[in-house]
Amino acid sequence: MHALEAILASHSGRDSVSAGEIITIDVDIAGINDLYIQVLEAFWKMGGKRVWDPKKVVFFFDHYSPPSTIKAATNQRVMREFIAQQGIENFFDINEGVCHPVLFDNGLVVPGLTVVITDSHTTTHGAYGAFSTGVGATDMAGVLLTGKLWVKVPEIARIGITGALNDRIMGKDIILHILKKLRADGAVYKAVEFAGPLVANMSLEQRTVLSNMSVEMGAKASFISIDALTREEIERRTAKSYTIPVTDSDYEYAELFTFDLSELEPQVALPGAVDNVVEVKRVLGRSIDQAYIGGCTGGLFEDIDAAAHQLCGKRVRKGVKLIVSPASRSIYLRALEAGYIAEIVRAGGTIVNPGCGPCLGVHQGILAPGEVCVSSASRNFLGRMGSTEAKIYLTSSATAAASAAKGVIALPIKETR
Amino acid sequence: MILEIQGRVLRLGDNVDTDQIYPSRYIEITNESEMAQHALEGIDPGLPEKLSAVGILVAGRNFGCGSSREHAPRSLRAAGIKVVIAESFARIFYRNAINLGLPAIHIPSARAINSGDRLLVRLAEGKLIDKTTKTEYLFEGFSDFVLDILEAGGLVSYYKSRNKDAHA
Repeated sequence: MHALEAILASHSGRDSVSAGEIITIDVDIAGINDLYIQVLEAFWKMGGKRVWDPKKVVFFFDHYSPPSTIKAATNQRVMREFIAQQGIENFFDINEGVCHPVLFDNGLVVPGLTVVITDSHTTTHGAYGAFSTGVGATDMAGVLLTGKLWVKVPEIARIGITGALNDRIMGKDIILHILKKLRADGAVYKAVEFAGPLVANMSLEQRTVLSNMSVEMGAKASFISIDALTREEIERRTAKSYTIPVTDSDYEYAELFTFDLSELEPQVALPGAVDNVVEVKRVLGRSIDQAYIGGCTGGLFEDIDAAAHQLCGKRVRKGVKLIVSPASRSIYLRALEAGYIAEIVRAGGTIVNPGCGPCLGVHQGILAPGEVCVSSASRNFLGRMGSTEAKIYLTSSATAAASAAKGVIALPIKETR
Repeated sequence: MILEIQGRVLRLGDNVDTDQIYPSRYIEITNESEMAQHALEGIDPGLPEKLSAVGILVAGRNFGCGSSREHAPRSLRAAGIKVVIAESFARIFYRNAINLGLPAIHIPSARAINSGDRLLVRLAEGKLIDKTTKTEYLFEGFSDFVLDILEAGGLVSYYKSRNKDAHA
């Protein structure tokens, strides 16, 4: 079995599982964000009174943080009452940030768990050796009721990555390149494993970017082997014990891909499609109105670091809106302590609080018709950040920051950090 | 579950994502008839009001890719779509549609079906008839579990009727 299958087997009372089987798994972490009051409505309509295990339920107020409409505030208020009534202690309020880095930074994700959250980027936690997948509100209501989820065991594709990278490349450039090759439906119904010497040399944060954006290929879940680096980062955050899931040496992947990225240059996804990817140098000089650096894909500590580095001694081009949102409270604090926030503000950037807002166009950086934005986030569908007549280019945070300084799409200077 | 569905086709392309199906700025809406007013608005603001006259969506590959927002299939259903057919589905959208009792049918050869075609879908038989082009398509029946959910009218009714709440 693959490591992911080992997790599924152990959570469904079986000795083994194989691709294509429909099984029911026990859920270790059920996460709900403030977008989906429908979870509660469906739970009540199903006849739910108490959640199956309040210790396994986590709430995040990360999308409307803080709420900017009466309706959003009211939805949150109803959720607050539910959280209190159910005795759910794992409640991350508007000050905490985006669910994925928050879950990890608070020591709640360890290898071998099943993690289900009402958010498509839940594939992120495969980088920590969990079986982790996104679900909709009604599925989550069923989980709250029963503690279980039905799952079709996925086929698994292995993406092996080799090569040494130049210092302008971040995890985002790598995953954009892979999306170009495998396309937006390249992993539909499959899980993807990222492996190879290049992955082993990446920081844990950069690895999470690969897992995070695997959903943009249609992946159900992702996986990266646990190594000494992962263990060190986990053990810095929690003393919880865990079992490392392992792939049998004779496991046969459904598909094998190898990418040698020695020559990789900074990448950009052109507006409207996450897999329409070219080298940044093909679109240099295109005027921009906004640069967004934030969210679970592009607002991690190393992204704020990259932004501060690119802006060092420079100013954001007059007329350009640079919006920076550290993805979590702990990332925000670390960036403050490192002086990055001051650097970015001095350069003319606008800091907004940790949260998802700008990425999906709910608030804090909505685009007008005709505006052009360079974004370190994960999606550039038409209308994603506001007007359907706005254009979003997806790049690394380094490229986004360099572009904000020039006022046009530009390559990062020298090292990213 | 309604076993036979008839309607006209609205044809969509590949990789139609959840922002096109239901833009983020409307996610806070909880009232279904209000949601219906925004279905497919991300593609064309004129589409929501045309959907009840249509009844059937036929899309290309990877339909519903992107976010886990259930508003995507929910707004479609509320706007009058009775069945969604696609060459392939994004998995969260597929699950959400089934959970809401909206049949989602995977037909890899659906590319030949055009906007305006009149279709007859026979869910139990796994048969789709394009009355306009006089073509028949066969599709794989739903798995038992999915069929149970659809027959119950969605996951909420499925659980409600099975009285699964052990914590009352």
